[in-house]
Amino acid sequence: MSATTLRRVLLVLVVAAFALAPLVGGRFTVSLLNDIGIAALVALGLVLLTGVGGATSFGQAAFVGIAAYASAWLTTAHGASPWLGLVFALALTGVSALVIGAVTLRLGGHYLPLSTIAWGLSIAIVFGNLEALGRHSGIASVPALRVGPWSLVDPRAAYVLIWLLVAGGLVFARNLLDSRPGRAMRGLRGGATLLASVGADAVRVRLSLFVVAALLAGVAGWLYAHKNRFVSPSPFDVRASIEYLLMAVVGGVGQLAGAVVGAAVVLLLKNALQDVLPLLSSRAAQIEAVVFAALFIALLHFARAGLSGWAVRWWQRRRPRAPATGDAALAAAPPLPRRTPPARGTCILEVDGATKRFGGLVAVDGVGFVVDAGDIVGLIGPNGAGKSTMFNLLTCTLPMTAGRVRFLGRDVTGMAQKEVARMGLARTFQHVKLRPQMSLLDNVAMGAYARTSAGVLRAGLRLDRGEELRVRAEAWRQLERIGLGRRAHEPAGSLPLGTQRLLEIARALAADPVLLVLDEPAAGLRRREKEELAALLRRLRDDGVTILIVEHDMDFVMRLVDRLVVMNFGQKLAEGAPAAVRGDPRVQDAYLGAAA
Amino acid sequence: MNAEIAAILATDGLANGAVYLLAGLGLVLVFSVTRVVFVPFGDVAAFSALSLAAFEAGRTPPTIGLVATLAVLASATEVAGLLRRGETKRVGRALALWGLLPLVPCALAWLAARPGVPAPLHVASAVLLVVPIAPLVARVVFQPIADASVLVLLIVALALHFLLSGLGLLFFGPEGSRTQPLAGGTLALGGGVTVSGQVVLMVLSALVLSALFFLVFERTVAGKALRATAVNRVGARLVGIRPARTALLAYASASLLGGLIGVLIAPVTTMYYDSGFIIGLKAFVAAIVGGLTSYPGTAIGALAVGLVESFASFWSGALKDAIVFSLLIPVLLLRSYALPHGDEAEEEIDT
Repeated sequence: MSATTLRRVLLVLVVAAFALAPLVGGRFTVSLLNDIGIAALVALGLVLLTGVGGATSFGQAAFVGIAAYASAWLTTAHGASPWLGLVFALALTGVSALVIGAVTLRLGGHYLPLSTIAWGLSIAIVFGNLEALGRHSGIASVPALRVGPWSLVDPRAAYVLIWLLVAGGLVFARNLLDSRPGRAMRGLRGGATLLASVGADAVRVRLSLFVVAALLAGVAGWLYAHKNRFVSPSPFDVRASIEYLLMAVVGGVGQLAGAVVGAAVVLLLKNALQDVLPLLSSRAAQIEAVVFAALFIALLHFARAGLSGWAVRWWQRRRPRAPATGDAALAAAPPLPRRTPPARGTCILEVDGATKRFGGLVAVDGVGFVVDAGDIVGLIGPNGAGKSTMFNLLTCTLPMTAGRVRFLGRDVTGMAQKEVARMGLARTFQHVKLRPQMSLLDNVAMGAYARTSAGVLRAGLRLDRGEELRVRAEAWRQLERIGLGRRAHEPAGSLPLGTQRLLEIARALAADPVLLVLDEPAAGLRRREKEELAALLRRLRDDGVTILIVEHDMDFVMRLVDRLVVMNFGQKLAEGAPAAVRGDPRVQDAYLGAAA
Repeated sequence: MNAEIAAILATDGLANGAVYLLAGLGLVLVFSVTRVVFVPFGDVAAFSALSLAAFEAGRTPPTIGLVATLAVLASATEVAGLLRRGETKRVGRALALWGLLPLVPCALAWLAARPGVPAPLHVASAVLLVVPIAPLVARVVFQPIADASVLVLLIVALALHFLLSGLGLLFFGPEGSRTQPLAGGTLALGGGVTVSGQVVLMVLSALVLSALFFLVFERTVAGKALRATAVNRVGARLVGIRPARTALLAYASASLLGGLIGVLIAPVTTMYYDSGFIIGLKAFVAAIVGGLTSYPGTAIGALAVGLVESFASFWSGALKDAIVFSLLIPVLLLRSYALPHGDEAEEEIDT
């Protein structure tokens, strides 16, 4: 049996088990399963936010609460239909997530989680003190859901709706991750510069992830309100948020299914503890809280990948990947639209008087040079010459102290890095920035971000398949170009460093760049790898790609480039054809220190 | 609101601010040395307040049991680590350090709980009693994962708060307590405004302690080691500073500050087993004003939080906490737009 067939059989079995559960289980079991389903929706949002985005939220229960209260209030105070309540609840949750996210996400790091604690506490306090929301006693007799003629008061009827929504959430999340916005989300942990280099805005990507997570919590809150038919502040406080996070971590934040597994384990355990502890002690509730907290800490010490992470590793050990082959659909896919390349010989990059000061240190001092279309230009210099700073200036990764950069005839000084990337300036990184867990194909496809347009909704609903096929075909072509097609489905982290550098070039090529800027591509490569790299770069030049290489390996650059710019101590030392520069006594001094 | 009420609210705010200042200093200290956002800080304060209340009620504080439990856990962690590395010779020393040393304040507290002990000794032993708490929990919980990402450490810290407050409920019960004022009398300011001695004491303590804090940081080797570790952990290690030891020092100082906060605040606020959480969070708001790294910024933040809280409680007592927390929004906005920041380091929950 092949791996895919086995996976399909497993999926069918799981779906069948869920379909049969309400018929087999008693009323209490079904009710518990309903709670698990609702919690799984919240945990799914946290898996996305924590496992994929590398941020987290301690206020997820607050989003559940906002949705629950919103729908409860609208349906009781105004007699609206619960379905209208859903729309209202999601709108309110989404807007609050947008606001709180916009305020905190720019700061990154620990500010988001810290402010979500404060946010979670505040919301619970507000719920408990607003007259319209029934203060601490909450809102009672919330209407039950009705689907056409059926009322969902019966847990078995609610079960169907809840688990359909869980399945829908899982499918949506899975679709999302396997798409243009999803790749950017999975790239978030590589840092904002990585995303900017493919033309994506890390803050916006993280914000959209945060909102998706909040909306999942919102759906859960709406279900909660109409299933329990009563809302009060306490199930939405910080303690509840921590419990949702515990579920995500227990199940494993690396896998979407971890949300369901985690919700099931935590709620079943809670249920079991509530049965057992009262027999042992009169303070069962306190002991339960202590046990959960201790369990959480132990998990983060010893098993951060959670249950599903463990299962996946086991599965991967047993089933090695088969080599990838390009299928017919990829070959037949129409190519993505390409830019009109500038005519060979026209000036595309113009650096004029570039200066960068770090406090008292002048790292780059009035450097100017041009790059013409169709050339390979080398920017070289000994260690500490200011090459990397110059690189960051012309890719707009660092703001310039003084000077100008013109790209394609447009002044790009002070522009955001992602804007320049969108104009057709693609770069690689000196310290390779690949997402090691993502496949080669996905890493390269990330490069095509700016050439495509699918958003979260389109991706989650699979309305992006036409575009997606073209992206994959493009990524496949670029992988073939660097000779890694066969390994397309392997994780990028499994490649040796030299090959990872090639992969970064493929990712840059997927952006259909006008100018390709490489930061020390030969660093750490062996002799043969360097030769292969040089051959690849020559082929690219022949295909019409303009290349700027920042490098300190003289030999490698000399045999490759059409023109050289030499820097030393932040200033331009020489410029010209390799042979002429090699004969320049000042360059020899800089490299050999002869006439010092 | 007239001028008189405003003056009363302002002095209240100043007293609150003093407490948040102390708590903020402790939080910034621990964060900068260990990258741990030490959420359980407030729990330490609550425990010292409740210990003092127990003394006053003529009971032996249950904190002794808590500290002893933690000492057993920490010794077990330390000894297990030593045995795994085969360093059997150091087991004796480890047991003395982690098992016996924390019991010294316990023994003192047990003696202080006998009848006839004067009140100042109660206060001192309540503070001393909680000093081992943060170092002990840190040894068990944070030291084994000292290199994890800030995010993982933060999640652990929050879980630890729930663990400690759960234990607090088990050991102290759900009742709240208020203790005798440490300083009696009132101080008359001009215009008919009086300030209670307790408030004066709180503000003075905050000033004296922050000055002390500053002196220790600037003038002593231990303080310099703390600063060095905060600036660059690897660099500090290279010049012979042991990160684990500086971390221990930071936690012990934070614990001491927590203990002092507890006894200072207990006479003016009814303290419950979980009251520390909110105090700690407000100190965070203060520390965030200083970017979690700047002490002067934290001081300004503490004062602002104290004043906002006191004026907000005049407007709506129930919503005052929500108002203080929403103060975060303008602060964060200002930070995110006014201050440039580099590429964030990767934050991973590793598998």
